[in-house]
Amino acid sequence: MRIRGCAGYAFAHVRDIGLLNYNRVIDLFMAKQIETKHTLAIRWLHWVNFPLLAMMIWSGLLIYWANPVYGLKVFGYELFHFFPQSFYDGLGIPYRLAEGLQIHFFFMWLFVVNGLAYVVYLVMSGEWRAILPVPGSLPRAVRVALHDAHIVKTVPPQGKYNDAQRIAYTSVIVMGAGSVMSGLAIYKPLQLAWLTTIFGGYEWARWVHFWLTIAFVLFFFIHVIQVAIAGWGNFRSMITGRDLVEAEPTAPGAGEAEASI
Amino acid sequence: MSRDDERRTNTAHILNEKRRLSPPMTDDEARRKMAGYSRRGFLIGGLAALAGLLGWRWMSDETKLALYRRTFEFNEAVSQSLYSPLRLAPEFPPERVSPRRVNGMEGLEGEVDLSTFRLAVGGLAGRADDLLLTLDDIKNLPRTEMITELKCIEGWSVIVQWAGVRFADLAAAYNTGDLPPYVSLSTPDQKYFVGWDMPSIMHPQTLLAYEMNGAPLLPEHGAPIRLASTTKYGIKQIKRIGRIEFTSERPRDYWAESGYDWYAGH
Repeated sequence: MRIRGCAGYAFAHVRDIGLLNYNRVIDLFMAKQIETKHTLAIRWLHWVNFPLLAMMIWSGLLIYWANPVYGLKVFGYELFHFFPQSFYDGLGIPYRLAEGLQIHFFFMWLFVVNGLAYVVYLVMSGEWRAILPVPGSLPRAVRVALHDAHIVKTVPPQGKYNDAQRIAYTSVIVMGAGSVMSGLAIYKPLQLAWLTTIFGGYEWARWVHFWLTIAFVLFFFIHVIQVAIAGWGNFRSMITGRDLVEAEPTAPGAGEAEASI
Repeated sequence: MSRDDERRTNTAHILNEKRRLSPPMTDDEARRKMAGYSRRGFLIGGLAALAGLLGWRWMSDETKLALYRRTFEFNEAVSQSLYSPLRLAPEFPPERVSPRRVNGMEGLEGEVDLSTFRLAVGGLAGRADDLLLTLDDIKNLPRTEMITELKCIEGWSVIVQWAGVRFADLAAAYNTGDLPPYVSLSTPDQKYFVGWDMPSIMHPQTLLAYEMNGAPLLPEHGAPIRLASTTKYGIKQIKRIGRIEFTSERPRDYWAESGYDWYAGH
């Protein structure tokens, strides 16, 4: 199909140069391009965030164990309590509150610095353009979900990310900010009393902090499953930054210009 | 919507998302280049991950504990530099007072005889021996009431109605000299002890409390006198105080010796 397209292109321009366009012929062989998808900064910030978030969640568990009050309730009936005793015992969580606090209040600095660096980088580099939802993202994200569930066949529009990804990756930044804010509201409820009040008081700040953590864990699992489905090329692009793509047919005379980019 | 329409609404174009494409190349060249990028990327990434993991494993528990303690001290310095005695924690209406909750019985063995009870105050400026105060001496100082939230380091909180004497009022009444940076407080049997920094203990919401929820303190809540404060966790709000000492040395602290934050401040 590609060859036919290129050949058509070439013949259409034969009158312009009298002979076959050299670029068009070259196109037949120059079939691939390497796309830089994730810059070095994005990759490092992404991967460094992984162990940092893991340590925050792990130490959070050590702390939560000391007052494990939350559950998944429907009409007052508790479907699931966070967490069953077997969960704590299996992971060796009990009686490690002091250790949890030590780890939490050490890694919080690294987590915040890394997160801030990520946000500042997105803004400064213009990479935010690939991540921020755009008008119409929500209905299109629904189509992405339907397509992923094999209910709808049409492939939804896709830039670097599709609309579901835009919403997910922006949400996770907002969640991070929410975790830091609710964390500060619990950590310094006197000096930052205004912040604690915004969350509806100390108890609600802790509630928000807990459920955002659950949301992070859900994000993690969905993210890993989606990456597994998307395949090796996509995963590799988060390591190397690059992905192999089919070359776009060259517009007349554009070959040199592209080569010089 | 046709394929071409989809391309036009491609989300990449809406915000002028940039694509960074190499010049076209042959399949072979592209694969060779990608293999090179992969080798470099996975090698550097793998080494970085391994270095992080091994570094963390190799670090001894003592080193980690020292690191955490230093971080607690660093966090304390950050908190102190942003501290303002003017900031107050919210107070609550009486109907919000929670059912009482007992936690922590360290240093509360046996009973206190109120007829012979004396609160010893040491380290006062220009005085070598301890000042001994009866409960009435303390009650004669200005009375302060507050309904505030007590936060346990375990993560729960209760709203409590307190009545007592501001520590700052006691200090003003009996310590006329310059205040040293710390205060040490302990139970009569010395089995529970806490250290406080001066700014936190001089906060207007730090009381030497003798009443709780409208009644004299119960033994399990620290009778006859205890600390009640919005500035630190419950572990710092020592019950059944036997001795108070103004000191220039950072005092020992019961829970800090088990790895908790010495400052434990809000």
